[in-house]
Amino acid sequence: MNRRSGMKIEFAFHNETEAAPLSSAYTDTVAELMESDGDVVSLDADLMKAIKIDRIQERFPGRVLNVGIQEGNMIGMAAGMARVGKKVYAHTFAPFITRRVFDQIFISSAYGRNPIRLYGSDPGICAKFNGGTHTAFEDIAMMRTIPDICLFEVTDSAMFKNLMRATRDENRIIYFRADRAPAVKVYGDSSEFEPGKGVVLKDGGDVTVIACGIMVSEALVAAEKLEKEGISAAVIDMFTIKPIDRELIVEYAQKTGAVVTAENHNINGGLGDAVASVLAEEEPAVMRKLAVRDEFSEVGPMDYLRERFRLNAAGVIAAVKDVLEHK
Amino acid sequence: MENEVIRETEKFAVEIRMQIIRQLSKLGFGHAGGCLSVADVIASLYGGIMDVDPKDPQKKERDRLVVSKGHAGPALYAALALKGFFPMEWLDTLNRGGTRLPSHCDGNKTPGIDCTTGSLGQGLSLAAGMAYGLKLDSLSNTVYAILGDGECQEGQIWEAALAAPKFGLDNLICFVDYNKIQLDGAVEEVMPLESLFMKLRSFGWHTQQVNGNDPASIFAAVELAKKEAGRPSAILLDTVKGYGCSEIAALGCLSHHMDMPEDLARRCMAELEEQMKQYE
Repeated sequence: MNRRSGMKIEFAFHNETEAAPLSSAYTDTVAELMESDGDVVSLDADLMKAIKIDRIQERFPGRVLNVGIQEGNMIGMAAGMARVGKKVYAHTFAPFITRRVFDQIFISSAYGRNPIRLYGSDPGICAKFNGGTHTAFEDIAMMRTIPDICLFEVTDSAMFKNLMRATRDENRIIYFRADRAPAVKVYGDSSEFEPGKGVVLKDGGDVTVIACGIMVSEALVAAEKLEKEGISAAVIDMFTIKPIDRELIVEYAQKTGAVVTAENHNINGGLGDAVASVLAEEEPAVMRKLAVRDEFSEVGPMDYLRERFRLNAAGVIAAVKDVLEHK
Repeated sequence: MENEVIRETEKFAVEIRMQIIRQLSKLGFGHAGGCLSVADVIASLYGGIMDVDPKDPQKKERDRLVVSKGHAGPALYAALALKGFFPMEWLDTLNRGGTRLPSHCDGNKTPGIDCTTGSLGQGLSLAAGMAYGLKLDSLSNTVYAILGDGECQEGQIWEAALAAPKFGLDNLICFVDYNKIQLDGAVEEVMPLESLFMKLRSFGWHTQQVNGNDPASIFAAVELAKKEAGRPSAILLDTVKGYGCSEIAALGCLSHHMDMPEDLARRCMAELEEQMKQYE
C-alpha cells in the first residue's frame, strides 16, 4: 500500500491486543541499543518499575539511572550528558516529562542543542486510574512548538521498536508518546517505518480518517463498519505528528474531499490542528476533529474514559457522518 | 600555587574587568555588577586551573565550565578573547544583531563556551550531567559550574544539589558567586539563603567559603576540592557585586543591569588602569 521507499509495512490488524505491554517494547529496545552502543544512557524519575527498566540495571551498570522524583533535574542532567556525547533516553508519565519540565526541555535541551529522547507514558486517557492529575491532554500541543523536534505517537510494539532503532543517532529531540499497557496490534514485527511519513492503512474514496496512537485501531474498526453502510473511508496512521506528512494530507484531501482526525488529546494544538493547518495553507477541505473538547480528564477504567470522551469507533463514525453532511 | 601565577591571575582579572567595561559601554548597557563580581574566579579558571586549549576548544579531554548565571557572559567573553579563543574585536559586537556574543552564554555560538545558559536554575543539572557523562567515558576532567546566589532560590538547584552527591560526582566543582545582591535587592530580603554553607554541607557536598575576589584563595580552595573523593565540592565565593569599579559597586542591586554611559565607562577604566599599575 505504501509507495514510500523507506517504509516496509506489514499490516497485521485483527483487532487483537498484544500480549506484552507497550512499555516493554521501549525497555527491550533500550537494552538492545545499550548492547550495541556504549553511549546510550537511560534515566527515570522513580518510575523504573512502572516500565520494568530496573530489570536491565545490573546488565548495564552506571547507564540505567534513577534520579528520584525530580523531573527538572532529570531533563537537565540528560541534556548535560548529551552535551558530552551521550544518547540519553528519559522516561516518566507524559504530563511529567512534558508539561512539568517544558522549560528545561526547551532551554537546556532544545535551545542548547543537547538533544535527548523522551518517553512520555500513559498519555491522555491512558492515565486511567491515576486520573486527571496524571493526564496529559496538552503535551502534543506544547511539544509541537519546540523547533526541530520529532514527535511520535506510537501505535504498537512493532512501531515503537522500529522507530527507536531508526532514530538512535538522530541529532534532535525525540518525543515518544505511548501507552504502557498492551496495544492493539496493527503492524507485523518486520514492519519498517519512515519518520515523517504517514501510513495509509486502508484506502478509501469518500473520506479520510487521520488517526494516531490508541485511535488508529478504533479508526480501522470504524472504517470497516462504515464500509458496510456504503461509506468508503481511508485510514491513515499519522504516527509522526511533527514533522507532519504534508504531502500525504494534501493527497488524501484532494482524493476524498473530507477529513476527520482522531486523537487522544485536547482539541487545541494536537494532531487535528497540525492537519488543519496543512489543509488551510494548501488544500482547504471540510474537516472534523475528534478529540477531547477542551476539558480536564477524570479517573476511571479505559472503557469508561473512551466513552466519556468519545475516543472510540463510535466517535469516529459520528465524526465521519458529520463531515460527510458538510462535504 | 606560586606567587607568580597568582600575580598573573590578579592582573588577568583586572584585564577581564577592563574588557567587561569595553563591551558594555559599546552598546551603553548590560549586566555590569554580576560580571565584575565573577572576574576573579573566571581569571583563576582560565589563568591556570582549567585544562583547556584555545586552539582546540572542542577537544574531548578538557575541563568544562557551565556559567549557570548566564548573564555573566561578558566576563567569560573577556577571558576567552584574552586567551585567544576568538579575536578581541568580537568584544565590540556584544548583543548586536547577528553577533556570536549574546548577553547570555551560548555554547553553540561562541568558541570556548561549553554550555548554553541564561534561564536561571538549570546550570547545575547540566553540569552534573556533563560530569556524569565524563565519568562514563573514564575521563578524569573536571566540570566547573558558577551559580549566582539569587539563582539558588530556584528549586531545580536543590534537585541537582541532592543528585550530585548521590551519584558521587567528585569531578564537579560548583562555585556560588555569593555577592548577596540580586535584581530586586538584597538576597536576604528577597528570599533568604542563609546558611547556604550549612545547607550545601548537609546535602552531602564538600563545602568551603572563601574570598571570591582573591585568586589566591580561589586557587587554594580548588586544590582542596580536587582532593575530595566520592562527593562534589561547593565553593562559596564571598564577592562584591561590581567589584573593581567603585562607582558600580556602590549601586548595589541597581548594578544588576545598568546603563553604561561613556563618562562612567571612562572613570571605570581609569580606576582599573590605576589597579593595573601595581602589576607593571
